[in-house]
Amino acid sequence: MLEKALVGSKRYWTWIFFLLGVVGIGFITYLQQFKLGLGITGLSRDVSWGLYIGQFTFLVGVAASAVMLVIPYYLHDFKKFSKIVILGEFLAVSAVTMCILFIFVDMGQPMRIMNVMLHPTPNSVMFWDSVVLGGYLGLNIIIGWATLHADKKGTMPAAWVKPLIYLSIPWAVSIHTVTAFLYAGLPGRHFWLSAIMAARFLASAFAGGPALLIILALIVRKFTKFDPGKEAIQAIGKIVTYAMIANVFFLLLEIFTAAYSTIPGHTHPFKYLYFGLEGHARLVPLMWTSSILAIVSLVLLIFPAIRRNESMLALACISLFVSLWIDKGFGLIIGGFVPNMFEKVTEYWPTLPETIITISVWAVGFLVLTILYKVAVSVREETAGVELEH
Amino acid sequence: MSMDRRQFLKIAGLSTIGIGAGWILSRPGEFLEASQFLQTKEFLKAKQWAMVVDMRKFKTEEDYKKVIDACHKIHNVPDFGNPKDEIKWIWSDTFEHAFPGQESEFMPEQMKHKPFVLLCNHCENPPCVRVCPTKATFKRKDGITMQDPHRCIGCRYCMAACPFGARSFNYRDPKPAIKEPNPEYPTRMIGVVEKCTFCEERLAKGQMPACVEASNGALAFGDISDPNSEVRKILNANYTIRRKAELGTRPSVYYILDIPTSVVSGGESNA
Repeated sequence: MLEKALVGSKRYWTWIFFLLGVVGIGFITYLQQFKLGLGITGLSRDVSWGLYIGQFTFLVGVAASAVMLVIPYYLHDFKKFSKIVILGEFLAVSAVTMCILFIFVDMGQPMRIMNVMLHPTPNSVMFWDSVVLGGYLGLNIIIGWATLHADKKGTMPAAWVKPLIYLSIPWAVSIHTVTAFLYAGLPGRHFWLSAIMAARFLASAFAGGPALLIILALIVRKFTKFDPGKEAIQAIGKIVTYAMIANVFFLLLEIFTAAYSTIPGHTHPFKYLYFGLEGHARLVPLMWTSSILAIVSLVLLIFPAIRRNESMLALACISLFVSLWIDKGFGLIIGGFVPNMFEKVTEYWPTLPETIITISVWAVGFLVLTILYKVAVSVREETAGVELEH
Repeated sequence: MSMDRRQFLKIAGLSTIGIGAGWILSRPGEFLEASQFLQTKEFLKAKQWAMVVDMRKFKTEEDYKKVIDACHKIHNVPDFGNPKDEIKWIWSDTFEHAFPGQESEFMPEQMKHKPFVLLCNHCENPPCVRVCPTKATFKRKDGITMQDPHRCIGCRYCMAACPFGARSFNYRDPKPAIKEPNPEYPTRMIGVVEKCTFCEERLAKGQMPACVEASNGALAFGDISDPNSEVRKILNANYTIRRKAELGTRPSVYYILDIPTSVVSGGESNA
């Protein structure tokens, strides 16, 4: 089926070569980082994780969100998702690919990354994170490919696919829970040391991932003959709405605990992020942008009349995605390091090479996504009108 | 028994997974330590090495400098001259930064701003060891929290996990930043984490850690599990505190505070 990615319109190839160009620039920049070390990033002794790990965390959520399509379709037989579910699975593949790359570019000694498997360490959450992420990537490639292949041949997927699909549901929850556990079990990092971290991660994932999927589905419909279905998009819109409400609620719970207890360790990171601490306020504009966009998206989503208008839904999804990207892909990580273990403030801001590498990892993700979607859309265009159940 | 290609691949695949899983599970949890191979007569043994920092004996800037320099010189600790890439094994910081939350507005000025000697606490329950995904950071049988720079993948999870800010990362090539390289001790490479090792290389030769030797009695070192050790005698006779003990990491570095005598004797100076 992969051959379908090798034939396409001029627009398709322009997009592919544009992405390859971005990847190329990023690769050259990465070689510089590989040679000179992570010193070329904005990371420091005090803020030792930054943009790379933030993107990783955010994208694990995007990957996990495929389950929001898989559950209604496979467990509740919600037929309207029959066409779009493959887009969710392939989005997960692309997102996990980016996660792995972000971890790779964050390593000080990337050539030793296999040490994690050569010296398996069950007491390390990071070991488990690599296990569940690798497994999830495999599951989604196999499931997506097998169901699409069956569609192409006009048959039912093989019997062994069903158990894998069921397995992928708790597995999706596990990848984001384990990722939250990376942070939520560290003594002394008060901002992260919260039992609600995994729940908050899942809520933000189930809002941000499907929001991205709506945007992608609208793009696919605009540029191809493949229609994921108006009702399917509206149904995902409802999922996004509930998940975003839960996410904002969980964030407010965190803020209440910090603000009402007034325990310095708990309040300081919030003060730093939203108001600035000891005269340092670099993240304040970003965090308020995130808050305002979250409110905008909720207003647009909560009223059904607004949500039913697809342009408004698209606007809501874009606001929501950017809001969560700032909150989780940046603020959440930096807030854990500021103030540092000595109650001193060291600020962080990504450097140009770091930003270029980050953008190019996203370009790899879009490249993978474009190729997979091209295959899926081509197959679906061929079999258009043939409804299949599986 | 005949077998088609499909069946063969199935069995071969499952066997490979089985053997792989078996190999991983069969690996023993306890490894021999490198130090066990070079034990000599002088080799100093302990169940848990510990240190007592007597802040009463740190008076001048020179008292701090000689301790820090002794360590950083022999261990080839680079000096980049900027806080972003900074690498330090032992350093000093004020009471309010060393013991955040313990300071009060009205404590004696000389104590609030007095620099404390800080280093890795070699915790009995170290979070850095718990989080390391490759066992590059590990607990030795003598209680030293040690790291293997050749196994470290540079993920910096240990830096996020350490509540004491004891760990530094080689953001740049350290070699050009070492002023007087000590050929007796290895330098580190780019992209790995490092910290104080309680001078395990000196303990193996029967010597005290370099900072202890240079401290003129301000730093005491010994086996905390031995009731007759020097550190235990000091802990018996003095009120000591540890950094962030409430986190349950069980730090092995204790501090005797320098309480101004005028405060102890109720206003009268008997110094």
